[in-house]
This record gives sequence, structure tokens and C-alpha cells, in this order.
Amino acid sequence: MATYEMVIGLEVHVELATRTKIFCGCTTRFGGAPNTHTCPVCTGMPGTLPVVNRKVVEFAIAAGLATNCEITRYNKFDRKNYFYPDLPKAYQVSQLYLPICRNGHVDIKTAAGEKAVGIHEIHMEEDAGKLMHDPWIDQTMVDYNRCGVPLLEIVSEPDMRSAEEVIAYLTKLRQTLQYLGVSDCKMQEGSLRADVNLSVRPVGQDAFGTRTEMKNLNSFKAIARAIEGEFRRQVELIEDGGRVLQQTRRWDDNKGASFAMRSKENAQDYRYFPEPDLPPIAISQAWIDEVKARQPELAEAKAARYQKEFALSAYDAAILTAEKPVADLFEQAVAACGRPREVGSWIMGETMAMMKEKQVLAESLTLSPQALARIVTLVAEGKLSRQSAREVFAYAFDGGEDVDSYVKAHGLEIVADDLAYEAILADVLKRCEKDVAAYKAGNQKVFGFLVGQAMKALKGKADPKKINELLRRALGE
Amino acid sequence: MELFEMTALELGAAIKRREIGVEEAARACLDRMSAQEGTVNAFVTVTEKEALKRAREVQARIDSGEMTHPLAGVPMAIKDLISTKGVRTTCSSRMLENYVPVFDATVVRKLDAIGAVCLGKTNMDEFAMGSSTESSWFGVTRNPWDPSRVPGGSSGGSAAAVAAREVFYALGSDTGGSIRQPASFCGVTGIKPTYGAVSRYGLLAYASSLDQIGPLTVDALDAAAVTRTIMGRDEMDSTSVDVPLPDMPQGDDLTGLRVGIPEDYFGEGLDADVRARVLDAAKALEAMGAVLVPVKMPMLEYAIPAYYVLACAEASSNLSRYDGVKYGFRPEKFEDLHDLYTTARSEGFGAEVKRRIMLGAFALSSGYYDAYYNKALRVKALIKRAFDACFEQADLLLTPAAPTTAFALGAHSDDPIQMYLGDIYTVSVNMAGLPGMVVPCGFDAAGLPVGAQLIGPAFGESQLFKAAHAYQMHTDFHRQRPDARKEG
Repeated sequence: MATYEMVIGLEVHVELATRTKIFCGCTTRFGGAPNTHTCPVCTGMPGTLPVVNRKVVEFAIAAGLATNCEITRYNKFDRKNYFYPDLPKAYQVSQLYLPICRNGHVDIKTAAGEKAVGIHEIHMEEDAGKLMHDPWIDQTMVDYNRCGVPLLEIVSEPDMRSAEEVIAYLTKLRQTLQYLGVSDCKMQEGSLRADVNLSVRPVGQDAFGTRTEMKNLNSFKAIARAIEGEFRRQVELIEDGGRVLQQTRRWDDNKGASFAMRSKENAQDYRYFPEPDLPPIAISQAWIDEVKARQPELAEAKAARYQKEFALSAYDAAILTAEKPVADLFEQAVAACGRPREVGSWIMGETMAMMKEKQVLAESLTLSPQALARIVTLVAEGKLSRQSAREVFAYAFDGGEDVDSYVKAHGLEIVADDLAYEAILADVLKRCEKDVAAYKAGNQKVFGFLVGQAMKALKGKADPKKINELLRRALGE
Repeated sequence: MELFEMTALELGAAIKRREIGVEEAARACLDRMSAQEGTVNAFVTVTEKEALKRAREVQARIDSGEMTHPLAGVPMAIKDLISTKGVRTTCSSRMLENYVPVFDATVVRKLDAIGAVCLGKTNMDEFAMGSSTESSWFGVTRNPWDPSRVPGGSSGGSAAAVAAREVFYALGSDTGGSIRQPASFCGVTGIKPTYGAVSRYGLLAYASSLDQIGPLTVDALDAAAVTRTIMGRDEMDSTSVDVPLPDMPQGDDLTGLRVGIPEDYFGEGLDADVRARVLDAAKALEAMGAVLVPVKMPMLEYAIPAYYVLACAEASSNLSRYDGVKYGFRPEKFEDLHDLYTTARSEGFGAEVKRRIMLGAFALSSGYYDAYYNKALRVKALIKRAFDACFEQADLLLTPAAPTTAFALGAHSDDPIQMYLGDIYTVSVNMAGLPGMVVPCGFDAAGLPVGAQLIGPAFGESQLFKAAHAYQMHTDFHRQRPDARKEG
């Protein structure tokens, strides 16, 4: 049996984080009651015309520059014609002949080493609406809110050879786009969607096998599973003497299998032609320079700066900068309290643990940097025990902002008054007369027990260092 | 002067002088419609109630000094493919029989602002596809000069309404001659402005790269006044251009004006009477000081096939949105989505529209794109270059508007190719994006109007208006009406 390798190229769609749609002034906000984020233009009413949102072009240039692409100076839009109820004009305005970015690459690192994944092209286009089937009345409804939301389609070269490389590529791409502020890349809201083109071939063969395109991949994990599944399916097919058909397949993550949607034979003819309603867009070098100058600090530069500025290890800096929302949280919290090490340890410790536990993605974090900074400060100033701090943190993680009020309301503040401590300690020592005697008789181990009793009496609100000190004093040392 | 002897500007001035009220003018037009519409059928929708209300409103604003435009209060009409908020806009198609837009076209907003009083929406070839107004779902429009003949098309309703003086001017649209040919057939003045001069926002598209809105009027002064009102860059139309407004024409001195006569436009297939009248017009211009220059337009024979490929290709895409899902015609019964699409479009569109959609879809389909669409684009570029060469020798060109005068109803019904060939003198102007104007220049032996076409360089509207106005100072063809035709 031959050994096979997989050959993968990706088509990634990202919704751009512009305030308004690509060809009209409607909001791009996710959600909203059906058909409320619409106007005559994005619902394709007869006689309406598109006007290009300049921001979309700038975001496309920024994405192209960050992925080492050539920027096309003379841009045109084209119409892709097909009938579907979620597409009110019955054509999608896209770019076929002159995509805005070409010939770039994204550098990835995996166990197999470093590698550049080629970017074939990036083009601008408009999103379609959504169909919702209501089984109760057996009718399909159309929501045009998403119609005209700007998209970039990022088409890679068939350069990837494993699921790991695909995930590394997607992670890097998402990180870059998030850092640029070009897209929030929320897979669960559909603002990042990836289609996987996969073929297999015997190791050592140059020619590509027949590829399939896989759709409906809703998470990185699903993508990894779909790749493994499709690889197996194709290899088994070939080993059994069959032949891979050029198809579009839909991945069902629950069933762990893909199903054919349509094949090349009945592929649609989109009858592309230049969009006559939009004049060509000329992009000057000055405009490109302007976008370049405004480009924010990207992950690698940020990590390097963290090492220098905050004396963080390379490892910690990489973790803190892996996802833009986390880096933002870190920087804003540090700005508020000036304690980078502590903030970093709270983020890499409690925050990430809780994100994992509650399955919260970085882009959906509601933890306020000010709240986190306040917790770090209170702990550092000895006003909050580590244990109480965890309780306050749970509140802040869920979006709570007023840390001080929370601490007060729940009586979590360390009682700083020595007199009050001494009274409580005296009470404890009295209750534990025998143990005190044992300690005084030389049993050192009993000291720990006494500390525990004291903490218990203080309901954990005490600074352990302080307890130790007061206890030794009370025991007459 | 009697009301219906006036031009739009003359009526506007009379309204300003309080010689006639806005409502009175509107009512007079509506009365004329009552008398003639049974024959002419220029309108798809007459908005009598709204128009009279609007007339009183405009009168008040003229009285208060708020509205001072020379055309304020003048009754007019709008071709039924220009979006009017709250008034159905049908494109003379069953598909849009009950479609009521939620927004006004930019040109409608502009005319609203100056106090235009719209009396209704005019008939046309379905989706502007045709040269006779016979493909309308709402019945044919008849030529006021001879009801057995067509008014031309696609803006046949607008041309007939002005010729019959049911209104004083009307908006039309011109993709391959749809303003100029009906103007010629109906003996009115019409201009297709330079592509980009007038916003297309709210114009239900036939072929986006060729469509342009323009006026059909009594004379060149009216045409200039309306064009100045509707022109200008529009934020809603990326293909609209910011250029200075054309001047109102003055005087009849054409000294030094070089008028190109492309001999290719006077060859085989041109009716002898039409040829004679247009050449008369050339002599008249010469008498005013113009210099006649023979020029060449060698690409003429390729213009029609290239035009029909490009226009139909764009149309096949533009008309795809009419699918029975969102608005417009929807069959009562359908099996599934595919059946809904097929039935809605099979029953909602007429034969000519379906023919052009299929033609266009074919021209764009994979494997044929280069042979048809791309080749047509190259022809378009060559035509533009040929015109550029002409304008090195001439300031404007004078040609016939159509090979014949108005033909009989039904004459070309079974022969679309024959109908297409009638566009020979107009389509290349759209493909080059140039302004083209038609002025009445006499009558044929049957007493039917003949029109002469003036073609200018891009944004050369001022020159066209000047030449047309000078010509009309010395002729009275434009003043003649079907109901008061002077013999001889």
C-alpha cells in the first residue's frame, strides 16, 4: 500500500469590522430583528446602485500588506450571477478578474518546522442574507440583515500538508486580522468561515489528485476532524479502486462524516462580468503608504516589546500576545495598575483557566481590564487575600466592574486593624488551650493548626503573613 | 398665446406672471388626456388626485416666493421605469404591475424640489426593450400624428404625451436610442445626455453601462432647462460625474461651428424623405454660419451586433432580481423554489424581454464570454475611438435619428432583427457615452415627423443646445402639433 499525503488549500471568508456595509450606510452589527439592518440598496430594490465603502478597500489593503501580498493598483468589481432567495439582486458583487491582493504568504510554525503558506489572492465581496426555515409553519423566511456586509475572501495556495498546518495557518491568519482590526474573526457568529480544498496523492508524486471542497466547518476542531475524515475517505476510495470526484461536500461534525452537495458536472455557471455600476478603483502608492503607516503593532512586535518593556519571558509574552483581545486586556490592565508581572500571571493563570472551564473564546471575553487591575492592586496592597481575590475574580470574569463595592458587600476585605485581630486570636488561643500547651511543650507542628484555626475564625479575610506574625506575638515569642 | 401653443418655459413664465394657475394648467392637461388617452394611451398610470394636490401646494410655494425655478408649476410626466415613491413603477411589465417603490429616484427628488407637477407615469416597451412601445403589458401607445403608427420606443409614452401636449415635458431614458428615436417619430425634441451627466439612482436598469435619463420636450430651450435641473453628480450613483451645467442657449449665430456629416449615416437603408429633411437641416445650419465637414464613422455596421450583446448581457443580470420572491409578480401556485423562479419569470416577462435575457445569458456563459462579450467590448472601444477621430475635425455631428419615420403598428412584430436594425444611428452614441439630441426637422410625404440627430463630444451638451436652439429660431417644425398641423 502506498503512503499518501494530503494537499490542502483554504478559502477563508472574513466579515470586515466596518461600521457600515460595503455598498450602503446600513449597520453591520450582528443580530438585530430580521430585516431591520436594511435599506433599498442592500435589499436590491429596483433602481438602487452600490457605492463602495472606502474603509473596505483600506481593510483589504491592510490585510494584503500584512500577508505580504502585492496590491492591485487598478481594481474592478465583477458580478457573480446566481439565483437564491438570500441574494436579493440575484448577483453577488465580487472580484474575479482583478482581485485587490495577490501573491502573498503567511509564515507558520509547526512541529514539522517553519513554512510559508502562499496566498493566491484576497478579494472583496458582499455577503448574502440568511434563510431561516420555520418547520412549524413549513415556510422559509429571509433575513437580509447580513446582505451587503463586507467580506474578504482569502484564497491560499495548496501549500498545506496536514491538519496541524491548516490550524497553524488559520490561527496566524486570524491573529493577524484581529490585530489589524480588520475583522473580529468570530467563527461562532460566522465572521470567519473556512472552506477546505483537499486532495491526496502518493508521497513522492508531483501531480495533484482530484480535490473536494468541504463546507460547513464551524470551529478549528471541526476543521481538524474534517481534514482527517476526508483524508481517510479519499485514501480508502482510491485503495478500493475507486476514484475521487470533484465535489463540494458538507461536513457534519456530529456524524463525523461529509456528504456530497454538488459535483463539478452540475457546477453553476456564474456568468461573471464586470460590474457596470461601479467605476474602477485606482489605488495610489500614497494610499498604500498611508494604510501602511497606520498599521497597528502586530503580535510578534508586541511580544518583543513585552519582553523588553515588562521583562516578561519570551514564553509568557507569546502567550499574552497570541490573541489580540487578551493582549488588549493585558495592556489596559497594566496601564491601570502598573503591575505587569502580576497582571500577566492572573491572565495566564485564573483567566485562561476560567476561559477553558466556561468555554469562553478570547473575542468574547467580558472581563474588564480595570476590574482585573483593581483585584491585582488589592492583593498587592494586602487588602485582599488570594482566596478572596479568586471569588472577586469570578465576579469580574462574568463582566462585573465595580470590584470595590463587591468586596465591601461580601465582607472580603482584609481586616487591617491589629486590635480586632488580636481579640479574635485571643479567643482562638483560649479555645485551643491544649494545643497551645502542646506547642509550648515543643510540638512545632501545632503552629500550623493554630494558623488554620485563626484563618477559619477570620473567614479567610486575613493576610496569612500578618496572622503568623500576630500569632507568634500572642504566643509570646 | 393659447396654453397648448406654449413651451414648458413659456408656461412657467405665464405661471410666474399669474396669467395662469398651476392647478388650472394641470387640469387643462388632464382634460386633454381624457380626450386623447383612449387613442394615444401614453400613460400607464395617471396620478390625477396627487397631481392636483401637488399643484395647489406648488402654487402656494410660488406665491410665497419660495419656488422660483422657471419650470415651477409646469405639468410633466415620468417614464414608468423611474422610481417614484408611493406610485407604482411598472416598467410596463406584468412582472412589476403592482410594484410600488419605497423611494424616489434622484431625478424625481430634483424635479420635486423645483416644483414640477407630475401627472403620471408613461408607457414604454417592457423594461425599455424595444423601439415601438408595442411590447408594453399595458397595451400599445399610438403615435398622435397617426394612430395607426407606433410612437417609437422605448420612451414612446413620454414622446407621445409631449407630442399630444398632454404634458409639457416628460422624462425618458435612452439605452440605445430610446429617447431620440421616439422624439424623431413623434416630432418632439429630446436629448440623451452624456453618460454620467444624470444620476441613474432610481432608474430601473436595463443596461447599466448604457442607460441614461433625459428629457423629451417641445423645444431646445426646454430641453436645456430640464437637463440643467436633473444633471449633476449624485452620491448615490458612483458613475455620475461632477461637471459644470450646460449653458442656456442664446442667439442663432453659429459662425465657425464645424458640423460633421458622417457619410456612412446617409447610405443604404435610409428613407429618401428622411435623408432629404436631415440634409435640409444641415443646409439651415450652414446658413447660420456653421461649416459642414464630411467625416467617417467606419464602425457603424458593427454597432448593432455589439450593442445587442452588451445590452442584453447586462440586462440578463439586471433583470435577475425579478424572481417572484420579494416583490412583483408571483404565481399563485408553485411546487418548489425552482418552480417559483421559472413560473414567475416565464409568466411575468413578455417575449422580447425573455429573448434578450436568453441572448445576454448566453453571451456571458462560460466558453462564450470571449467570443461575444469581450469582442463586443472591443467594438465599443473602437467606436469610441472613431468618434474621437470625428471630433478632431468637427465640433458636433449631424445624422438622421432613425432610418425611417414612424412605422405601422405591428410592422416589425414578427421580425425582431428588423426592429433592431432601426437602432443603427443611435446605439453607437450610447456605446461611446456621448450626448445625442434629436430635433424635429420636417415631415415626410405621409406627413409624419422626421428628426435630425446632433451628436456631441462627452459633456458637449452646451454645443448641442446652442445648435438646436439656433436651428429652431429659424424653423417651426417643433412648434407644430398633430392637432394643429399646418399644411404644406
